[in-house]
This record gives sequence, C-alpha cells and structure tokens, in this order.
Amino acid sequence: MRQVVLLKDIPDLTEIKLNSETRAPIVEGVKRKISDVDKRALEEAIRLKESVGGEVIALSMGDEKTKTALLEAMAMGADSAFIVNEPGFKDIDANATCKVLKKALDHIGEYDLILAGEMSLDSLGSQVGPRLSELTNLPLITYVKKLELSSGKVKAVRDLEDMDIVVETELPALVCVVREINEPRIPSLMNIMRAKKKPQMILNADSLGLNIDEIKTNSHVKILKVWAPKVERKQIKIEAETVEEAAKKLASALKSEGVLQ
Amino acid sequence: MTFLVYSELDELAFQLLSGAREIADQLGIEVASLVFGNNDENYFVYGADIVIKPAVLEKFHADNMKAAVIAAVKKLDPTVVLIGATKRGKELAPKVASMLNVGCMNDCVNIEIGDKNKLVVERLTYGGSIISRQSCESVPTLITMPQGIFEKNEFKRIGESIQITVEPIVSKLRVLEQRNKPKSSVNLESAQIIVSAGRGFKAKEDLKILEDLAEALGAQIGCTRPISADLGWMDQWVGISGKKVRPNLYIACGVSGTIQHVAGIRDSKIIVSINSDESAGIHGISDYSIIGDVYKVIPALTKAIKEAS
Repeated sequence: MRQVVLLKDIPDLTEIKLNSETRAPIVEGVKRKISDVDKRALEEAIRLKESVGGEVIALSMGDEKTKTALLEAMAMGADSAFIVNEPGFKDIDANATCKVLKKALDHIGEYDLILAGEMSLDSLGSQVGPRLSELTNLPLITYVKKLELSSGKVKAVRDLEDMDIVVETELPALVCVVREINEPRIPSLMNIMRAKKKPQMILNADSLGLNIDEIKTNSHVKILKVWAPKVERKQIKIEAETVEEAAKKLASALKSEGVLQ
Repeated sequence: MTFLVYSELDELAFQLLSGAREIADQLGIEVASLVFGNNDENYFVYGADIVIKPAVLEKFHADNMKAAVIAAVKKLDPTVVLIGATKRGKELAPKVASMLNVGCMNDCVNIEIGDKNKLVVERLTYGGSIISRQSCESVPTLITMPQGIFEKNEFKRIGESIQITVEPIVSKLRVLEQRNKPKSSVNLESAQIIVSAGRGFKAKEDLKILEDLAEALGAQIGCTRPISADLGWMDQWVGISGKKVRPNLYIACGVSGTIQHVAGIRDSKIIVSINSDESAGIHGISDYSIIGDVYKVIPALTKAIKEAS
C-alpha cells in the first residue's frame, strides 16, 4: 500500500514573539516543527504501514528549513519525502496551494491513501483536504478519529459535533484526521540516524511543469494585516489572609462588575 | 450582486442571515438563503429577500449539499457565499470553492465593509492568539462563520421562494452507523456564565465542587481539552478546536491557559482564574486571579457567592 501524508512545518507557536509597535508576530528565525495534527496523520500512516505493509511518503510545501521537519517525519517512519520548494509559491492561498499539491501528487504517482490533518495550527484553514479531494476526485473522509483498513476498503469513525458517523469507502481515498486519533511516537536515536539516509526529493515549478504566474493568478485571498490584539484585562490579583476572605473579595468584585445573575 | 447564506443548522443560518442583511443594506444588495425543507417563512423573518429551495435532497449528505450550493451559485451569481462554520460547513465551503476555482476563508470571526466596498474578514491564526485580516479578490468568495458572531434579528422581509433542481451526486461514502452524541444539556456558546475545569482537578469525582459553584452561579460547566479529549470526563471542551465561548463571566479553575484554550475564551467579558501556580499563563489574561488551591478556593467561593446574592 502506498500512502502519501501531507505535512506542514510551522513556527513553534509557543516561541513566537511580537513586534512591540505593530504587535505583528515575528516568525522569521523561529524554530519550526511539524504541525501537531499533521504529525498524527503521519503516525496513523506509519501504523497502517506496520500492519499491512507498503510505503509512506511525506509531502510538504516549504523551503530549505522544511528538510529538518521532514527528517523528523522519516525518523518516525516515513520512507521518503518530497518538498515543493519554490520561492514563487510563497504566500499563495489555499486554492493555489492545492493546485501545486495536486501536481506534486501526480508527480509522486500512484497512491492508495492520502492522509492529512484537519487543519494546520498556524493558518487554521481546514481547506487543503477538502480542496484536494475535489482536484483528485477522491472520496473524502474528514474529522477522522479512528481508521481501519480491510481488503481495499477504508473504514473510519468521523467525529462531528452532534454525532459519530462510521463510514466506509473504496481506496484510493483522502482522509483528514483529528488530534484524538493517536499519540505520535518519539523516534529513537537509531531511527533519527537512519532517517538521514532516506531520500528527500526537492520539487519546484519547473520540475512540476507549473507556471508561477499562472499559479499566482489563482491565489485570490490577500492577507492585509496580522497582529495580536492587546488583551485588555484588569489583571487584579486578589490577595487575602485566608481563602475565605479572598473568595469574599472576589464575589463582591464580581457583583460590582454586574456579571452575577 | 447577491449575498448567499447557508447553514444546515437553522439557528446558525438565521444569525448569519441577520448579519448578512445589515451588510447587504449598506451595500444595497439582496440576500438569498439556501433552504432545505419548508421553513421559508422564518428565513424571510430573519432577513432573506430570496429563498432558494432545492428539490428534495437528503440534507446532511455532503455531496448533495455541495451540489445544492453550486446550483444556487449558478442560479444567483452571488458575490459572497456565507456558510455556517460547523465541521460540515468548513468541509463544504472549500469544496465548493475548489469547484469554482475561487477563494475561501474559513472560520471568520468578523466581517465588514472595507475600501471600495470590498468585504474584509478577520480570522484567528497561529493557534488562535493572533488575528489575520484578509480580503478576497474572487467572485464569488466563500466565507464561513461560527455561531455567536452575529445575533439573529427580525427584519420581516417579504420575499420570493425559488425552486431549483439539483442533480443528486451518488456519494462514494457508505454510512455504516450513526451514533448520536448524548444531547448535551449544556450550550456553552450561549452561556452567560461558565465555570471551567483544567488539569488542576485530580479526579472526575472532584468536579462535584465545581458543580456546586456552577449551581450557585447559575453557570454552565466547561473544561479544557485534556479533561474532555484525553480523560473523557466531559463531552465538550472550550478552546480553538472545541467551543469558542463569549460569556459575561468565565471562571477558569485549575486551568493553565494554553494558547489554544485562551483563544476560545478571549471574547469573555470578565475572566477569573483560580490556580495555585503563580506562573500559570491564565493569570496574565484574567481580570481577577486567586493564586490558590482549587480544592480550597472553589468551595469558599461557592459559599461567598451564595452569601453575596
């Protein structure tokens, strides 16, 4: 079985600092890692490979630094990695990104299962899986918290707001997982060493037969401004000799705020 | 120019419709709603000029929803397609956008009229602590918005219903089983007061003290992701991947305050934190903090609230 996992390497969210004037996040130079939900998609692919055999291929859009993230993916158990590293594709929107990813999938060739996270934790877009299912014409199963394979079919439990739905479809298929699906493994030192010998392939507009300007004209969403809103909170620490007194002070403060019913 | 609104949840559709109505009035355009079933009258009440009714289709079948939205887009040629940001909606919008080769912005928390009457939206990014202001050049543009951004308002329009035929799509997915989740008596999104449990609680039984506090306050009970997703003590959590809430009062008990949790409570009017760890991030984004053991502070607060009221 040949599986492709879509991974995005994103800045470590806990390390992001703000520009003191504009309050824009400073992401340059921040250590990057595989977006958490994507990592669980990868973990699931590796577990499936361990039970039915085959191959796991990691695919990312990124740059030079993405190599480090994909090294981790291969240390976890991916067999090879493809990175679309094309400066011309920087900052394109989901519509254009998915056109590029579709081409990269064509380049990779045959596959039985594409796995992705429900969203990347930086852009929180939730678009790549649904869009790629349209472009590849594959059946799409989103919000998957449990996945099983049997004789050419995939069975999944979808976690929706009001219900769990158990669905089944023939392979090939595209599956987007939620964070609850598994706990990703931490690769051993041995596997980290082995990962360095696994193949990483770099793709760009030329090798994918894409025209950069044409892709850009399909990118419609423009980001106008990005900033962290100031948290205007009172930040009053309630101090008192005893817990009872502190509780009383808090209760009376809440009463004056008019937030008690 | 038209604004097309759709959600599989009537209540969310009414909210979006009311919000769209106000924007549409400023722009002098019409608002249309895609409606499954025979609920047209209510849609006119909450602001629709046009109700588009597809020939009967199974409502929750993802491919049929897509076919219906595409058919409505072909019929009306809308500028914006506004869809409710449920999980189903957030899957639907990018699928429709992909078929139309247009832009999509999921989970928007604000929408307003910008320069040259272009719509500008705001979305949460980077785990939810940072706002991204975006616009989209394509026609139509797909936008999804969750519950609670707009309030539903009665406009009592008189409009027309239009029937459209939709070619049903045979789904490639077979549904083997549907397990309804226990209907939570809790609607955190509309709660006025929420008390919330984090990892400061050591055992499920200990939540009793929080229930007592909730009762004294007339509050709903929420929790952080680990309490729900990992420990399974409650069926829904507050945070960027769970419920985004906006109560008058949010009391975080034994909550550390991860970026993801804070993003879900940022619109609360007053935030209170109770946590014995002085360095817990939650204190920094609170209006009132008590540095103390939840097991001691909560019962004392319950008592104080009862006395104060």
